Amino acid sequence: MTERINSAWSPSSREVERGIARRRISRKQGSIAAISSIVVLGTLTLILITSPGWEIVKATFFDIDYGREVFPTVIKGLWINIQLTFIGGAAIGVIALGLALMRTTKSPALTPFRFLATAYVDIFRGAPLILIILLVGFGVPALRLTGISSNVIFLGTVAVVLTYSAFVAEVIRSGILSIHPSQRAAARSLGLTSGQTMRYVVLPQAIRRVVPPLLNDLVSLLKDTGLVSILGVTDAVRAAQINASRSFNYTPYVVAAILFLLITIPMTRYTDRAIRQRTSAQNSEGAI
Amino acid sequence: MANVLELVDIRKSFGSELVLNHLSLGVPEHTATVLIGASGSGKSTLLRCINLLESIDDGQIFLDGAEISDPLVNVDDVRRKLGMVFQSFNLFPHKTVLENITLALIKVQGKSKEEAIEGAQKLLKRFDLAGKADQYPDRLSGGQQQRVAIIRSLAVSPRLLLLDEITSALDPVLVNEVLSIVRDLKSDGMTMVLATHEMGFATQVADEVCFLESGDILERGTAEEVLHNPKNPKTQEFLKRVHQAGRL
Repeated sequence: MTERINSAWSPSSREVERGIARRRISRKQGSIAAISSIVVLGTLTLILITSPGWEIVKATFFDIDYGREVFPTVIKGLWINIQLTFIGGAAIGVIALGLALMRTTKSPALTPFRFLATAYVDIFRGAPLILIILLVGFGVPALRLTGISSNVIFLGTVAVVLTYSAFVAEVIRSGILSIHPSQRAAARSLGLTSGQTMRYVVLPQAIRRVVPPLLNDLVSLLKDTGLVSILGVTDAVRAAQINASRSFNYTPYVVAAILFLLITIPMTRYTDRAIRQRTSAQNSEGAI
Repeated sequence: MANVLELVDIRKSFGSELVLNHLSLGVPEHTATVLIGASGSGKSTLLRCINLLESIDDGQIFLDGAEISDPLVNVDDVRRKLGMVFQSFNLFPHKTVLENITLALIKVQGKSKEEAIEGAQKLLKRFDLAGKADQYPDRLSGGQQQRVAIIRSLAVSPRLLLLDEITSALDPVLVNEVLSIVRDLKSDGMTMVLATHEMGFATQVADEVCFLESGDILERGTAEEVLHNPKNPKTQEFLKRVHQAGRL
C-alpha cells in the first residue's frame, strides 16, 4: 500500500466551508452533551441529598474518618482476593484447557473422558457458585480424608476453581470450534497429525480469539472470590463485615466496594479495548 | 512407466447426492493432469479424496502401487507424500510466511530449525518472495499468498501435487504470477493433478485433460483433443459456455 502526501496541498474554498460547518456541528453537539450531563447528574445528586434519610446514610455509609481507620484491615483482606484470583486463575486456565480439549477430541480412546468432561461442565456450570463453595467448604472436611487440607482458603479456592473451569472451558471450546475447518484441512494435508494440528494451528488461533471473553471472566473471578468469605476466610468482604458489625457503621462495605472497583474498572476498560481491537482486526482480515 | 497415482472405480456420495461415480484415472510420473468441468462436477471432491481429506464409498486409490484407500493405512504418512494447494490459500494467519513453510518441515519431517529455514528461504528466493519471509499472510496480496501456499506444500517434497482451483479467488492480473510457478514446477517434472477454470493455462501445462460431468470423466485426451476438438456433446456445450464467459 503506497500513500503519497502532497505537502503543497491547500484545501479548496469548498473544503474550507465544509470545515467551518463541521466545526459548528461539533460545537453544537458538545454543548448539548454538556447540558444534558449537568441536568441528569444534578437531578440525581439533588434527589440523593434532599432525601429525608440522607444525613443518617451519610454518617453510616460515608464516614470518611472511620473509612480511613478500617482501610488497612480491608486492604489486607483484598490481598487475599487478589491472591485467590491469580492462583485460582492459573489452575482454572490449566483445567479448562484440558476440559475443552477433551470435549473437542474425536479420539475413540478418549471417549469416556469426553463424556466425563461434558458431565462436569453441565454440573458446575449449572449449580450456583455459592452452593459449590458451601458443599466443598463443609463437605470435604467432613469426609476426614487424610492429606486433604481443611484450610478454608484452600477449600474456597478449590470451589471457585471447580466452577470457573467449567465456564472457561466452554469459552475455549467455542474458540476452538470457531476456527474454520479449512485451517485443519491445510494442516492435515501437510502431514501434521491431529494432535499437532490442534497444538500448532488451531489452538494458537483459538486462544487469541477468546482473550477478550477470558479477561471478562478474570474480572468476575476477582469479584466472586469475595464469596469465599462465607467459609470464614478474612478477605476484603469479610474484613469489612467484621468492622461493620462491630461499629454498626457500614462505611467498611463502601471502602471494600471502592477497592474492588479500583481494580476491576481498569480491567474492564482494558477488556473493552481488547474486544474493539479484535473486532477491527477481524473486519480487515478479508479472505482468511 | 508406472503410474504415480491410480484411481480405480471411485464412488463418493454426500448423503443422497452422488458426487463421484465409477471414476477411474491414472497419473504417470512427471505429468500434469488437468480436471475441467462445471462447478459441482466433482473436481474438488476428487482431489480431497486423493488426499484422504474425504473417505471414498467404493473403489481404490493407489499411490506408487500401494493402496492408500485401505482403512488401515496411516493417513498422516500418506499425506506426507502429497501436497495440496487450496482455492482459498488457507495459510496459517498467526504464523509468518517463513513459519508457515517451516512448520511441516520441522514437525513432520523432523528437520532441524536451521535446516528448515534454509530450505524455505531457498524456495522463497526462487519464487521472488524472499523479502516477505517475516511478514504475516494478511499483509500479502492474494497472488503472493497463493504463491506462499504453493511453496508451503512444495517444501515437503511431495510425490504428487494436488492443486484445487488455485486461481479462482484471484483477479486476472494476479492469476498469472501464480500460474507461472506451476509452469516452473511442470518443467521441473513435478507430477500434478489440477482442477482449474483457466483453459489457456490448461492447454500450456496439461499432458492429459479430463472433462468431469456428474462425477465421471466424460472425455479425456490431450489438451488439443479435449479443449479444441471435443467429441462429446457435453464437453462441447461446457467449452462453449466457458468461451462465452471469455475464459478460453
